[in-house]
Amino acid sequence: MSTPPAGDAILSLEGITRRFGSVVALDDASLVVRPGTVHAVLGENGAGKTTLMRVAFGLLKPDAGAIRLRGVVRTIPSPAVALSLGIGMVHQHFTLVPAMTVAENVALGRHGLYDPRAASARVREVAARAGLSLDPDSLVSALPVGAQQRCEIVKALARDVQLLILDEPTAVLAPSEARELLRWIRSHADAGNAVVLITHKLRDALAIADDVTVLRRGRTVLTARASATNESGLASAMLGSETTIAAGVASVVIDDAILSVTATHGAAVLVADGVHVADGRGVERVRGATMRVHAGEIVGIAAVEGEGQHELLRVLAGRCKATRGTLKRPDVVGFVPEDRQREALLLDSSIVENVALRGAGARRGRMPWSALRETTSNILRTYSVLASGVQSSARALSGGNQQKLVLGRELENAPSALVVENPSRGLDFRAAAAVRDSLRAARDAGAAVVVYSSDLDEVLLLADRIYALHDGVLTETPRDRESVGSAMLGSTKSRA
Amino acid sequence: MLSASGTPVDQVAVSRSGSRTPAGEAFAFVLRTTLLTGVALAMLVLLLIATGHNAGVALTALARGAFGSWYAITSATLVRAVPLAFAGLAVAIAFRAGILNIGAEGQLLMGAAIAAAVASVVGSLPAPIAIVLILLAGAAAGGAWASIAALLRQKFGVLEVISTIMLNFLAQYLIGWLVRGPLQEPTRVNPQSASLPEALHLPVMLDGTRLHVGVLLAIALAVGAWWWLKETAGGFRLRAVGANAAAAATTGQINVGRTVVLAFIASGTLAGLAGAVEFTGVTYALYDNFSPGYGFTAIAVALLARLNPIGVLVTALLFGALEAGANAMQRDAGVPSVVVSVVEATLILLVVAAERWQSRSVARADSGT
Repeated sequence: MSTPPAGDAILSLEGITRRFGSVVALDDASLVVRPGTVHAVLGENGAGKTTLMRVAFGLLKPDAGAIRLRGVVRTIPSPAVALSLGIGMVHQHFTLVPAMTVAENVALGRHGLYDPRAASARVREVAARAGLSLDPDSLVSALPVGAQQRCEIVKALARDVQLLILDEPTAVLAPSEARELLRWIRSHADAGNAVVLITHKLRDALAIADDVTVLRRGRTVLTARASATNESGLASAMLGSETTIAAGVASVVIDDAILSVTATHGAAVLVADGVHVADGRGVERVRGATMRVHAGEIVGIAAVEGEGQHELLRVLAGRCKATRGTLKRPDVVGFVPEDRQREALLLDSSIVENVALRGAGARRGRMPWSALRETTSNILRTYSVLASGVQSSARALSGGNQQKLVLGRELENAPSALVVENPSRGLDFRAAAAVRDSLRAARDAGAAVVVYSSDLDEVLLLADRIYALHDGVLTETPRDRESVGSAMLGSTKSRA
Repeated sequence: MLSASGTPVDQVAVSRSGSRTPAGEAFAFVLRTTLLTGVALAMLVLLLIATGHNAGVALTALARGAFGSWYAITSATLVRAVPLAFAGLAVAIAFRAGILNIGAEGQLLMGAAIAAAVASVVGSLPAPIAIVLILLAGAAAGGAWASIAALLRQKFGVLEVISTIMLNFLAQYLIGWLVRGPLQEPTRVNPQSASLPEALHLPVMLDGTRLHVGVLLAIALAVGAWWWLKETAGGFRLRAVGANAAAAATTGQINVGRTVVLAFIASGTLAGLAGAVEFTGVTYALYDNFSPGYGFTAIAVALLARLNPIGVLVTALLFGALEAGANAMQRDAGVPSVVVSVVEATLILLVVAAERWQSRSVARADSGT
């Protein structure tokens, strides 16, 4: 480990240990951030990345260890103190008030009178200085995700922070938005600020970071200049010495090279013909979608955020009704929604009850609990869900295990069609790879699978055929990055 | 009595801690309830000392009033526990479905009012049939009263906390009018309904006591509700909707609106039955202040029972004892019976705090990413 000298560091975390009950989340972890640099903090889910930065931002008190800011030892008891010391953090899940304007959100937490005009001016000034485009007077609820994120960043910058911590900032963004954000992070650092980028995307890290710190099981296992390392080195640091896994991951990351075997297609299982769908507010989100999905193939949907994929997938899965057009689909369609905690799980109920939830709407009479317990144990075994038992609560599972449970539940009765939305969102390599393997296995077993992912790489990796969705219009496109990319943006021009 | 203000039940609602055996869960429940009650009683002692009462004398009177004699147990404690059990079940069912039914009081009052109205016209029927009719009418009235709030929520998105509180006032004033108007006793002197003929009283279970067969009905309904929630598809749907309505709709393809309306009406029906049973088993007449806030105390009963129907029987007994004891304490030790409300309110706060603390420690353990 080549730790830069702590003297010129803007932030230096030394020997941080933090326990939650009997769980050791951080075990003597350290991190040194130099001014004017992008510092990527890498690690699998649960490695302690977010926990470590929550310590730096005053959200968690460390059980042991020291925090130095510009060489001076500090205690940071609260985010307010962190902000006053020049540390800002943008969380993975936004902390904006949707019913308020951008300017109001940015002004939140300030004392004294609120002057709307001054607040707007302040947002304009901060955004202009940082090179971010943001309308101070629009309601946050009306903004796309990318703009909400810019709002979060401006909120932090408005406090004059010199160190900005971003937690998985690209997770929610479309590829073009993500690239734009990464470019912005780079230029922000070049202007003399420090940025800590929490991520599990190696490629993002290597693309823009100056320094890289890898955490594994709460320990700092690698600190290096980004130029002195490479993807496979980082992957093996993140995953441990299991070289086979590291190799597998490296090949996954290199995406385009491996193409799925195009199976011989069976009968058309899902057939949409001129389907229109309106959202909850009556706005037409899908306009005349025509597609067919055959048994034994994975059809990928590529789209940037908010192009109507949410509604299209739910119609295909039978979760909402088409306003016009015809749709042929089997009675039972497996569905994996992107927000598993909100739409797929009863977090405080047992795993068995979560398995029982599928098809509960049509069930009559007694609940066959003993059969369900059996089914559940099978799912846990088949999909390697790590759980202490079928009666433990879904909340106690890690994100990856929750997703494996959801997928296992939807696949358990071998549905002839499966609709999947952002299947590996928020998962680490290993869990994401397991989820993809399950999808391929379902395809090989004859299911008609529809996959949407906001990560274009994942769509390319999984799909046998691809449809791009732009502004509610669905078009089949050749399976290559450039064609899909321009179809997603609704133009034949090359992407921005 | 608990005031009608909203309680943060959403946190309390359905947090089952996963991997426990039924016996372990029952033990934990008893332990918890005992512990919380102990703390609440300690608060009472402090309050008594602070207000210059003799705590020893007061507590002795409290205990004697609740458990001091066979008569105290059967005719004071148990008789008060019965309406609390019915109404507690009503609240528990609603909260389990994610419905914050604060209107058990109003539904109970409507149950009693319609029971009294029906009682005034079924005198010619054979007694058993008449009694059953009275009870059914009361239950239906409670359900119908709840259905107003249910439909307001479904059709117009009116928060049921608000609508049920308003309906409580409406029911209370409606009774005020009934007992001075259409249902007033024949002499037209007192603001109350005619006394229920003895033939139409709920049978007394034990000679020399006031304990009526309503207690058996409460036990049967609690066991039935517990079984139904646990073992049937309908019960599971209700719990799923309460646990996460979005997941119930998306993953379970459950008709959430229908489930909510039915659960709301079922809840109102149980509360209405509480009123009808109280009318035919205890008061034999309808009058202003028919209920000393049973519908509100029921919220405490349900929460302390962690919304478990069997637990409701236990906590209803506890609150029945507290209220019975409170009367004795006022009579024998000169302590205003309202201090028991302090104990009840303390219990609620402790329950809510304990739930928060528990869910926080769970959340902390799995927030490390």
